[in-house]
Amino acid sequence: MKSERESSKSLDGRPITLGELFMGFAQMGLYGFGGVATIARHVIVEKRRWMSEYDYASVLGMGQILPGGNIINMTIILGDRFQGPLGSIVALSGLMIMPTIILLALTTIYDAFASNPDVRAATVGAGAAAAGLIIGLGLKMGRNLKLRPIHLAFAIATFICMAVLRLPFIGVVLVMTPLCIAATFWSRRNVE
Amino acid sequence: MWSDDPIVKLALAFGALSLVSVGGAPAMMPEIHRLAVVVNGWHTNAEFARDMALAQSAPGPNFMMISLVGWRVAGFPGLMAATLAAIIPSSIIAFIVGRLYTRFSQKDWFNVARSALPPIVLGLIVASGVVTAGAAVSGAIGFGIVILSAAIVALTSRNPLVAIGAGALIGLIAGRLGFL
Repeated sequence: MKSERESSKSLDGRPITLGELFMGFAQMGLYGFGGVATIARHVIVEKRRWMSEYDYASVLGMGQILPGGNIINMTIILGDRFQGPLGSIVALSGLMIMPTIILLALTTIYDAFASNPDVRAATVGAGAAAAGLIIGLGLKMGRNLKLRPIHLAFAIATFICMAVLRLPFIGVVLVMTPLCIAATFWSRRNVE
Repeated sequence: MWSDDPIVKLALAFGALSLVSVGGAPAMMPEIHRLAVVVNGWHTNAEFARDMALAQSAPGPNFMMISLVGWRVAGFPGLMAATLAAIIPSSIIAFIVGRLYTRFSQKDWFNVARSALPPIVLGLIVASGVVTAGAAVSGAIGFGIVILSAAIVALTSRNPLVAIGAGALIGLIAGRLGFL
């Protein structure tokens, strides 16, 4: 028998087994409309009490600065923390399997009715709304972040590189990120 | 040649994207658009917007737009290739850093570097919405829906599905009235 690690218990002292990981992440996947970030906090911190608010924020923050999908990264890190590498795989499967099946079902149903003019018109509207969602998400983040002027300048410069100049994503990220890190260090040194 | 195989193209494109992307799926969207529409011609602009609406209507990570692109290009093998290519490289990094994190998070330089990332992510996300809207939307009604939906998300904490539903309904009515 594997000895139970301290970190594989919830705040209530319940063991966080592979089954518990799978069910928890499946719940986040299935209830996560428009992205998983909001529901993930609710499930992890409030409902299943796997970890404290502070611990969760620091794991999510780490998921955000690493490359790749931030929720995917968070899932990998939590799975490993509670149940090792197998935990990562189980958690990720829980998160992805059901939503993928639902998405494919939705796509198949849509394709069957795609030639109907009402469906076409509704899809154009839904497509426009989906683009608006992303703009709204960015604006909401911008409001919550309360950026310092130098960081606001980098946000706007990045926006211009992508949306106006249409420069390739990879180049923009690889140039702007180090510049912004350097500017952050430089501005801190001037303050101190 | 092997590199003309759509499965190989999907895997290479999304594997590379996963390694440099910061800010998650919304920030990746312009690059997914560029790969799928501009570089490889897998989708038209309208098809891309349609699939984005489908991906947003289903529950689960926004990341699944990548799975759907793979599905459109090469069915189930395409879906697996695109999804796994986008997950595995970045997950290996996350796994390693996850184990080192406690050591890093006490270092000052790490926290300063970390504070420099949100602005870049923010610029990428807003650009992403604007690029997709510009490519897929035309006419006053279309742009009206974009603004309405952005406002619903930015100003309220409603389920984003409400915005998709409202957009679909306005589109349907406008279509019936002959405005679309």
